[in-house]
Order: sequence, then C-alpha cells, then structure tokens
Amino acid sequence: MASIKISDIRHIAKLANLSLSKSQESRFFTQINSVIEHINVLCEVDTSNVEPTSQTTGLENIYREDNVDAISMLKSNQVTSGTDKIYNNFFVVDMILSEKI
Amino acid sequence: MTMDIPSTINETRYGLLSKKYKVVDLINAYLAKIARYDGEINSFITVCEENAYKGAKKADALISELGEKAFQDYPLLGCVVAHKDVFITEGIRTTAASKVLDSYVPCYSATAVKRLDDAGAICIGKLNCDAWAHGSSGENSQFGATKNPWNLEYVPGGSSSGSGAALAADFCLLSTGTDTCGSVRLPSNYCGVVGLKPTYGAISRYGVIAMASSLDTVGPMAKTVEDVEMMFKVLSGPDAKDATIASVKYQSKSSSFKIGIPKEFFGEGLDDEVRNNLDSVIQIYKKLGVDFVDVSLPSTKYAISVYYVIQPAEVSSNLARYDGIRYGNSRDAFGDEAKRRIMLGTYVLSSGYYDAYYLKAMKVRTLIRKEVSVVFEKVDAVIAPVAPTPPFKIGAKANDPLQMYLTDIYAATANLSGIPSIAIPSGFTKNGLPLGFQLMGPRFSESLLFDLGKKYHKEISYKPSVAKL
Amino acid sequence: MRYTPVIGLEVHIELSTKSKMFCGCLADHFAKKPNTQTCPICLGLPGALPFPNKLAIEDTIKLGLAFNCNINRFSKFDRKHYFYPDLPKGYQISQYDLPLCVNGQYVLSSGKKVGISRIHLEEDTGKLIHQIVNGKRVSLIDFNRSGVALVEMVTAPDFHDVSDAVEFLKETQTIVRYLGVSGADMEKGSMRLEANLSLADESIDLSKGELPNYKVELKNINSFRFLEKAVKAEIERQSTLLEAGEAVLQETRGYDETKNTTFSQRSKEDAKDYRYFPEPDIPPLRFTDEEIEKIKSSLPEMPSDKRKRYVEVFGLPMNYATILASDITRAEYFERAVFIGSKHNVGPKTVADLMVNKYLDSEYDDPESLVKKIVELTKKEYASAKEVQEAIEEVIREQEKAVNDYRNGKGAVVGFLIGMTQKKLKGRGDPKMVMNRLISYLNSVVK
Repeated sequence: MASIKISDIRHIAKLANLSLSKSQESRFFTQINSVIEHINVLCEVDTSNVEPTSQTTGLENIYREDNVDAISMLKSNQVTSGTDKIYNNFFVVDMILSEKI
Repeated sequence: MTMDIPSTINETRYGLLSKKYKVVDLINAYLAKIARYDGEINSFITVCEENAYKGAKKADALISELGEKAFQDYPLLGCVVAHKDVFITEGIRTTAASKVLDSYVPCYSATAVKRLDDAGAICIGKLNCDAWAHGSSGENSQFGATKNPWNLEYVPGGSSSGSGAALAADFCLLSTGTDTCGSVRLPSNYCGVVGLKPTYGAISRYGVIAMASSLDTVGPMAKTVEDVEMMFKVLSGPDAKDATIASVKYQSKSSSFKIGIPKEFFGEGLDDEVRNNLDSVIQIYKKLGVDFVDVSLPSTKYAISVYYVIQPAEVSSNLARYDGIRYGNSRDAFGDEAKRRIMLGTYVLSSGYYDAYYLKAMKVRTLIRKEVSVVFEKVDAVIAPVAPTPPFKIGAKANDPLQMYLTDIYAATANLSGIPSIAIPSGFTKNGLPLGFQLMGPRFSESLLFDLGKKYHKEISYKPSVAKL
Repeated sequence: MRYTPVIGLEVHIELSTKSKMFCGCLADHFAKKPNTQTCPICLGLPGALPFPNKLAIEDTIKLGLAFNCNINRFSKFDRKHYFYPDLPKGYQISQYDLPLCVNGQYVLSSGKKVGISRIHLEEDTGKLIHQIVNGKRVSLIDFNRSGVALVEMVTAPDFHDVSDAVEFLKETQTIVRYLGVSGADMEKGSMRLEANLSLADESIDLSKGELPNYKVELKNINSFRFLEKAVKAEIERQSTLLEAGEAVLQETRGYDETKNTTFSQRSKEDAKDYRYFPEPDIPPLRFTDEEIEKIKSSLPEMPSDKRKRYVEVFGLPMNYATILASDITRAEYFERAVFIGSKHNVGPKTVADLMVNKYLDSEYDDPESLVKKIVELTKKEYASAKEVQEAIEEVIREQEKAVNDYRNGKGAVVGFLIGMTQKKLKGRGDPKMVMNRLISYLNSVVK
C-alpha cells in the first residue's frame, strides 16, 4: 500500500475541516506515515471470502415504534444554551456562500 | 476530623447503618482528601461539591427514615462515584478533557449516569482522562497529565487515567471509565484497582462521548471485584436510547473451570516482572483446581493494526459534530492527538483507500473474532497480561505516537471481538508499582469472570490497598 | 445534429411519521418556532445515539413495492460525511450500498418503461435562511427539520422527453399520497426535485445502454412547472454549446425563474468524497419474504390500476378516470357514490360527470347525499305522472295479445310492456313510477 504525500495531508485536512499549521503538516506527515507503515502489514493477511465485521452485537432489526417522546425534547433555552451566537432562536453563522457538495 | 474512608460498598453500608458516620461525613472526608492531594495528582477536572452535598442530604434522610430497607431500594446508596469526563452530566460541565468543550454544560445525562444516580450513588466530580479518550497514559489531557498515586513520576495509564488514579488515592469509592482499546483495563492495572471492559452491547453508551462507536464500552471501576459486579448489575441491560444493547441473562458456572493461555500474549516484549506475576496467578488458580490449556490466537499480531484503521476512521466521524456552532469551541481547539486521529481516519475512509484500509481491517476483524470464538469452544476464559510493561515514566513515550499505540497491544483483541475482559490487581513490582492481569471470556460471560476474579482474591485474602500520599 | 435528451430524476420525499427518523421529536416542522422540536439526538449533541423508527422503514418498503422494486432482504444504514452548518453531526445517516429498495420499474402512460435505480431512507438536515442581521450577512439555522425521515428515489436516466419526466413526477406524488406515507407537498418542501441531464448525439447508442460522458445536475427546483422549464432551458443551453463544438461542463446548476435560465452553482473545488461506512450505532436490518408479502398485501390499489378499472368496468373516458384517480380521497368518494348510485339507478358515468364537470362532490361531504342529490336532479327530467299514465293506457290498448297473456298468468310480459311504455315516453319515464302504474293499471284492466 502507498505511503502518503504532503499534498495528501493538505487534501485530507480540507476534507476533515481542519486547518493545520505548517509545522503540524510536517509533523503529521511523518507520524501518519509511520502509522500507515505499521498498518500496511494487513496486506499480508488473506481475506478472500471473508465477510467484513462492522459491529459485534449480532443484533438485527432493532427499532422503536413511531411515538413522540416529548420528555426528551429540549426546551428552547436549553437548545441555545451552548452558544451566544443566537438570533430569534436561530443559530447564527457567517453567511454560507458555497453550496452543499 | 479525619476518618477512615471505606474501601468497599459493603463497608460503606455497614458504616452508615451502624451510624459510624453519615453520608455527609463521607462527602466531607472525600472532598478534604481531594482538596489536599489532587492538586498534584490531577485526577479531577471538575469537583461538584454542591451536587455531592445535595445527594448526601437526600441519602441521609432516606437512611434515617427507612434504615436497612433504603439499601434494598437503592443498592448504591451513599456510595461516592466519579465519572470519567466523557460521561454527559446534566448541569455539570463535561469536557472530554478537551479545550473544544472547556465550558460545555450539558442539558441531559448519560444513561449510565442516571442509572447510578437512581441506585443512590452520589456524583462527586468529573475525572481527567486523555482528551476524547485518545491515549494510554493520561498525558494527553488538555487539562494536564494525571499522575499515578503510587508514584507521581509514573503514568496512571489511560485513557481513563483519573478513574484509576482517583480510586487508588481514595478520592471516591467507585468510578466509571470507557474502554475502546484498554482504556479501563490499563489504568485499573497501573493503579491497582479492578476494572471491567464489558461485552459490547451490555451497558448503554447513550450519553457517553463517542470515540470509536463499534469498539467503545462503558466500564465500571472499583477496588474489589464484588463492587465492580454490583456496578455492572446497576449499569447493564437494555436502554430505549441505545439500539446496540442486548437483553441477556448473565450466568456463571459452579465448577471445573478451564482457562486458556494464549501464547501470542506471552511472547517477546513482555516484561519479566509482569510475566512472573502472571505465573504466580496461574499457580494460585491451579491450586484452586482450575485447569489451564495452551491456546492460540494467531491473528493477535494484526489486532493493533486493525484497531488503528477502524478506530481513527470512527473517530474522524464522531468528532465531525464539533464545529463550534451549537456548543463548544471551533475545530482549531482540538489538540494534536485528536487532529492526528481525525486525519488518519479521514485518510483510510477516503475515496480510493477505503477498500485497502477500512474494508480490509473489517475483514481481518472477522478473522480475529472467529479465532476468539474457536478458543472459547475449548475454554471458559483466557488469561493475559493487560500491558507489556508495568507503569512507565511520564514523558517516556510522549513523542512517539506509534510506541504509545503499542501499549494497547494486549487490549485490542477484546474490543475488536466485543468480548468482556476484567482487569484484576495481583501485587506490586519491586518498585512498588501495581501489577495485574486480565481475564477474557466469551460474550456476555461477565458473571463467570466475576466469579473467577473473586476466587483468586479470596484465595490470596486480597485487601484493597490505598496509595500513601 | 440531432440530440436526444437523457434525463434522470432524483426525488426526495419527507415521510409523514409522527416522530423523527432516529429520535422521538415531533416530525411536523412546518411553520414552527425555530429550534423548538429538537433533542440531543437530532441536534448532534455529544454522546447522543440514533434509534431507528420502524414505521419509516415500513413506509419506505411500501414505496419500493409500489414502484415494483426488489426489497433488499439484508439492508443497513451508513454514515455519509460532509461539513455543512445544517448537518449537526458532520454526517448524515443514510444508506449506501444496501438501500432498502432497488431495481424498480414504472410504466408511463405511453407504455415506455422507466427504471427505478434505488429508493433509500435517510435523515433530513436542518434549514438555513440567509439574511442580513445588524448589517452582517449571516445564515440562520433551524434544526426542527433535522432528523425527519427522508426518502430518496433515484431513477435511471431513462427519460428522453421532459413531459415524460413530469408525468412520472406527478404520478409519484399521487402514489405517495395513495400510500399515505407523505403529503408530498412541494410548497412545504415535503417533496423536492432534482434532475440530471445530458444530450446524446447520434454516435451514442442509448438502446445499448450507452450514455453521454457527462451530466449536469439541476437543483433547487420547487414545482413541476419549473422543472419542465428548467429542463427545457438546459436542453437549449447544452445543444447550443455542443453545436458550437464545445464540451458541457459536469456541474450542478440552479434555475432562475425570472430569467428562465439555469446558472452554475460552483461547489467547493474538492470533489465529493463522502467517506461512507456502516453506521455502527444501528444494527443491520433483515426481512423475511413473509414480512415483505405482508407489507405488499397492505398496499392500496395503485392509481394506474384504478384508472384502468374506471375505464374498463365503469366505462368512463380516460380523462375522467385520470382526474378522479388523481386523489385517493376523491377516488374513494367516487367509488362509494357509484356503489350507492347502483341501487338508485344512477350510473358511474352520471356520478363521474357531475363530479368532474360540476364539482358536486365538493358540495356534499358524503357520497350518500351526493347520490340523493343526483336522483333529485335527474328526476326533474322524468315525464310527468299524467304523461306516464296516458302512455300506459295507450300501450295497453295497442298490445291486446300481451294483455291476454298476462291475464293467462304470463307475468313476464310486464317487462315487454314497460319497454313499450318507455319507448312512447322516449325513455323519460321514471322506471319505478312506470312499473308501479303499469302493474296497477294492468290489474284493473284484467280484473
């Protein structure tokens, strides 16, 4: 498997919505590469005809009925208590100019 | 006034019923000890005196009104608990030891917190940990490293560092931790207390800040196996808020125990003191009539690699909600370790790499699970060291993430396969640092692990010891 | 050069479950005070976990079955990652490689077939409003909509004519309402449309499944009419480019209603990379054949079947059938009225006519009173009692033989005599009156 380039670091940071300093970029470049080198041993494992495990519960079809749980709904002062950037009970951010990707 | 702080639930109950002390006296004693010694140990991020006194008043009223019956209704009445600061507590600041949440006061409580509250336990504060539970030493807290009460130059183990240290220092009777890859067992081991990493799906994760959702478990910690078992009884069972919890009747067995010794856990890199201590534990069990057989888990050598694909991937997803819009600070406030894991996780999930890393890791995870279940067809439990070495010095691995990651090498198997594992103290190094071992069992075999743990401690007449401060 | 438009559709439908998809918050968010219907789960607070709504899953399967989809017996939820302020968790719980429904098909009225690639279930996002507050350009976020159950249906690029696309969308709206799974109201945003469009020149053999090497996505279209206009405008734009020998850029475009043109919506330069992986907080879903059969048998008659029956059984013209079947409540009203009418000699055509042309159903809440009204209305045109009596007497005089037969016990001739009477009345005789009066007069004559 491939190792990672410094341009990849910048691309990943963008995808992850992180802004990295130049020193973080180069530090992470080295550290992440050494971890990737370590995890590359997985290549040697034969996994043909092996199903992936995404969870270990063995459970299936766990649902709730379509009932309104009014008790768990938060009061509007609770909803907005985590920030002071509130206007008429809306959360406020700088105007979003780019469209959703 | 100084008083002897009780070290078990039973002692606490006895003291309260025999009117040796009231709950409020206990709170006074714990708070005094925290005030005097925690400045240095740094096991608490938030101490909630007001909440503790409020709970004490209520508990004292119940005891004077109902006497012994109060303890039937509230099995943990008057027991002082502290939560790892990843447990959401309504009205009490919850930080995940990260600057992102340094002033976040939640408006709801975790199911685990509620269940302990409802059982009569009293929350005295929120415990330090590696930020977002990322770490094995407790050094990665943005609120300062926690120190090992047995020797302040050493790490207490992480990520539930405060949960281990606070118990060892007698700052609380019970604590909660989370174990995604050893984060309950390692600090239990390094601080000389008992900690359970339960079966995935045994205890609700609702309201516990997620690290890696398919691996995270909520773990009770205390000074004895009995107390951890009591906490487990209170905490386990279905929750209408967590779709991954199974409804199970936990059962043990009465005789002819067979324990497996997996050779892959006793190979190169295992410290001699740890190895010798384990040998002595095995001798004790043999004396008790337990059979031992050699077993093999050959894919163990891939466990850490699998873990370091799946975990960062899920971390990158779970930390995506912290955007500073609805609560908390902006993403710039993440520390280096969180950013590193987000980056790594984003990379292994990104287009073109998913199959090579994430899908591959999920497949090797299947192989590990299969090996584990084959072993448990032959044995009731498996014994292993918790970590390759006893506690290490603060700073020893701080600049090498990979070396730090390898601390978890014996922990990963239980998390990847979803099985329970209990860390049990079993003595001290010649330098006076705690030693211990872990017992793993098949899924939902907690009762059996408790029984095995109690057998061992009974045989060595175990008395919980408290670090001298 | 002649170009064939290649159009695919993406339809989002908000389900009308009482509670949201993964939490117990009230789902009906229309015109509510912002951020008053939220909880830790749909706000993406630390530690919260999703718990799936059973009804929403069943509703999605119903929709899939209505469009002849295969229902995946094993399905799961996945996390789809992107950052946007209306997405509180930084990921949307959606479905990736194992959606609930796949490979469906819909037959247009022309007989042309349209493939349904997939129908999956996900959670809706919050709502953004762009505004100037205290001189600052800001976006305001309301999370009441966050977490509401949302179905996404994706068709194959099988439409080559925008009118087919519009027919399909209207029919989809009707079907969704028939199933009762959503109001599918475009104005309230509970039905949202997107189209993707490219033009194939003659070198591309669409019949072999070949497609142009680009497509343009048209977003933010909020009515069928605008979809039609936007697609037409986009076809214009693309063919002009292609004819000039230029390539069409693969991109997302919006539609400007006032200028009747599409415009580029520059997305971030990084292409989509949603980093899907299976949602670990929700165990997978597995369905048995029996469960699917049970849901299938609960489906109402589909609008196309209704229209067919109205034409073939009730003898209605197709345009009447289409109008009546377009709304299930009205269709049910009509069928009930037809049933009651059959006992009062009121035929389906009469009922349909009065409903379609005179909107009489809007004046009468229940079909019983409608039929009563119809009977009254049609009575006025019957011949008067005097006319009937005269006609009967004339017939009795003329049909001596039949009267004799009756006298000799041949009751069957009554039918013949009624027919003769109606013939004299040019069919205007009230059948009941004709029969009653004929029999009593006959009896008085033969006594």
